Amino acid sequence: MTTTEKTAAVSAPRTPEAAGSPLLQVRDLHVEFHTRDGVVKAVNGVNYSVSAGETLAVLGESGSGKSVTAQAIMGILDMPPAKIPQGEILFRGEDMLKMTVEQRRRVRGAKIAMIFQDALSSLNPVLSVGYQLGEMFRVHQGLSKKDAKAKAIELMDKVKIPAAKNRVGDYPHQFSGGMRQRIMIAMALALEPDLIIADEPTTALDVTVQAQVMDLLAELQREYHMGLILITHDLGVVADVADKIAVMYAGRIVENAPVRELYKNPAHPYTRGLLDSIPRLDQKGQELYAIKGLPPNLLHVPSGCAFNPRCPMAQDVCRTDVPALAKVADGRGSACHFWKETLHG
Amino acid sequence: MAESLTKSADREPILQVRNLVKHFPLTQGVLFKKQVGAVKAVDGISFDLYRGETLGIVGESGCGKSTVAKLLMNLERATAGEVFYKGEDISKLSGRALKTVRRNIQMVFQDPYTSLNPRMTVGDIIGEPFDIHPEAAPKGDRRRKVQELLDVVGLNPEYVNRYPHQFSGGQRQRIGIARGLALNPEIIICDEPVSALDVSVQAQVINLMERLQDEFDLSYVFIAHDLSIVRHISDRVGVMYLGRMAEIGTDQEIYEHPTHPYTQALLSAVPVPDPEVSGARERIILSGDVPSPANPPSGCRFRTRCWKAQDKCAEETPLLAVPAPFKDTDSPAAHDSACHFAEEKDVVGAA
Repeated sequence: MTTTEKTAAVSAPRTPEAAGSPLLQVRDLHVEFHTRDGVVKAVNGVNYSVSAGETLAVLGESGSGKSVTAQAIMGILDMPPAKIPQGEILFRGEDMLKMTVEQRRRVRGAKIAMIFQDALSSLNPVLSVGYQLGEMFRVHQGLSKKDAKAKAIELMDKVKIPAAKNRVGDYPHQFSGGMRQRIMIAMALALEPDLIIADEPTTALDVTVQAQVMDLLAELQREYHMGLILITHDLGVVADVADKIAVMYAGRIVENAPVRELYKNPAHPYTRGLLDSIPRLDQKGQELYAIKGLPPNLLHVPSGCAFNPRCPMAQDVCRTDVPALAKVADGRGSACHFWKETLHG
Repeated sequence: MAESLTKSADREPILQVRNLVKHFPLTQGVLFKKQVGAVKAVDGISFDLYRGETLGIVGESGCGKSTVAKLLMNLERATAGEVFYKGEDISKLSGRALKTVRRNIQMVFQDPYTSLNPRMTVGDIIGEPFDIHPEAAPKGDRRRKVQELLDVVGLNPEYVNRYPHQFSGGQRQRIGIARGLALNPEIIICDEPVSALDVSVQAQVINLMERLQDEFDLSYVFIAHDLSIVRHISDRVGVMYLGRMAEIGTDQEIYEHPTHPYTQALLSAVPVPDPEVSGARERIILSGDVPSPANPPSGCRFRTRCWKAQDKCAEETPLLAVPAPFKDTDSPAAHDSACHFAEEKDVVGAA
């Protein structure tokens, strides 16, 4: 193990411009899918931003558009059927949607990397993990096979895979779920990106392993001063690691806030309902609050506020007017006509 | 629910599990299969289930909790051990006798997408138990019964002719529950019944299950990996690790006064949806992974990941019993825990 080399190789100096201005800004992003049954509006005007060293959690249930937004940022949506009719994705001030395919490729992986939920299906089962990790260096940096392998071992050490040297030739099925997710993290880190998008990185893992992986991710983020977008449905995971949260429902952000304020005092009935509907480990409740009804079918999103059929506070105005994201406080917004009542209710 | 939580000592258990073992053989060779080892999925589990209570079983993947469910249902043959239903050993029954018993023990599965036949209508799915047990409902009466069941689980009775794909995940799980209820069973074994559902829908299904329990006096064995949900619904909780029971007790004993290091680590790893609490909590982060059940560690199975492990742990298997320091005390820590060095520790931070 070459410890000195390792630190020199992986902690290359960050560009100073990263501080202050946001690393990534998503502005009024729309994504639609053209299907046989009609147009599915998966994302309807999403805005968010992440700075270096910051963690943004995007919270939502299945079908809320949280993963589609991430895929649009990465540029890995299949188009068609997907289409981005409107919006900007600015990375360090440059709109990635206007880049050529070649320019985009240079950003992807090198500047923005992604970690997927299911490590087993994201790794190639017939290639050794060392080969797959080394591929990043061979393709992007033109390293020789031997050097790439050495780099792969360094990375595996970095993500705390025991006996990395002996395991570099092993195949994905020879690793446990937690170890595979570490390999995915190593792969995302390989080119020292400025931003990592983690899509449900721990959902498939057991709680004790989940804690290990989240810890590792937070540690590496601090070390590299990266921006992190954490996409999840788990309100618990978010509470531990995020700086700010964007809650999505039916393709829109319904509430964004710094993490503590959102948990203490949600300003949207959906967020409030979610927080009330999860049982707590430290409390034995009586009946759980249940948000009535079902998440909407995106082919037929309800008019007005998409949440209105399930909302306990819905009035006539909610069925006709789409609420804009109102400013609740600095860095806080809620897309509800009655956010004041929700906040104080 | 709390009322039904009267100390269970004076009540007759409806289900008694004694030293249940399930080993899956590992074989080598094609023609002449030679057994080279065994995956010890369940290795000596004992517990009681009382009428009207919910026993939660938690553990990580591979700990054998789903195998326990299958053994209770007799879907897998136990390698050794007994399951007594009202005093009768059902683990060795077969044929007609088994069929009679099964009427009273039903199951709800995890994945509502694969546990419902996509080519059968909802009416056929919920009515199928009546084909197998015709004595439960006279032929002409079945459609009405099925519609009643749909109503009970909160679905529109007019949906009998629809197919599973026309329903959402939460609605499908309700169909699965209706099927489980059809024969009016006494025990329902639920294997991760809400893990595949969205957060906002989970609460609806949990509330439904609690309502049905009161209404039909059901006993649940509730198997899940989500410790928060298990605490919410269970009267008693058993924690499994690598085929053995690590600790078992009432929900309060397990969650607020855990004595087994594994339970403590498990509880401390669960993220609490409250930044104020989660920042202040002590986290125990276990190193390493769960060992393979084909080659479990000697002695205490948790010792390879335990921060308290000593030589004794490798040599002597700790028994599931009230630990010596708490014996004959009134302390809530006086519940069964399989650890040589059991100590009480509040990791949840319950006020």
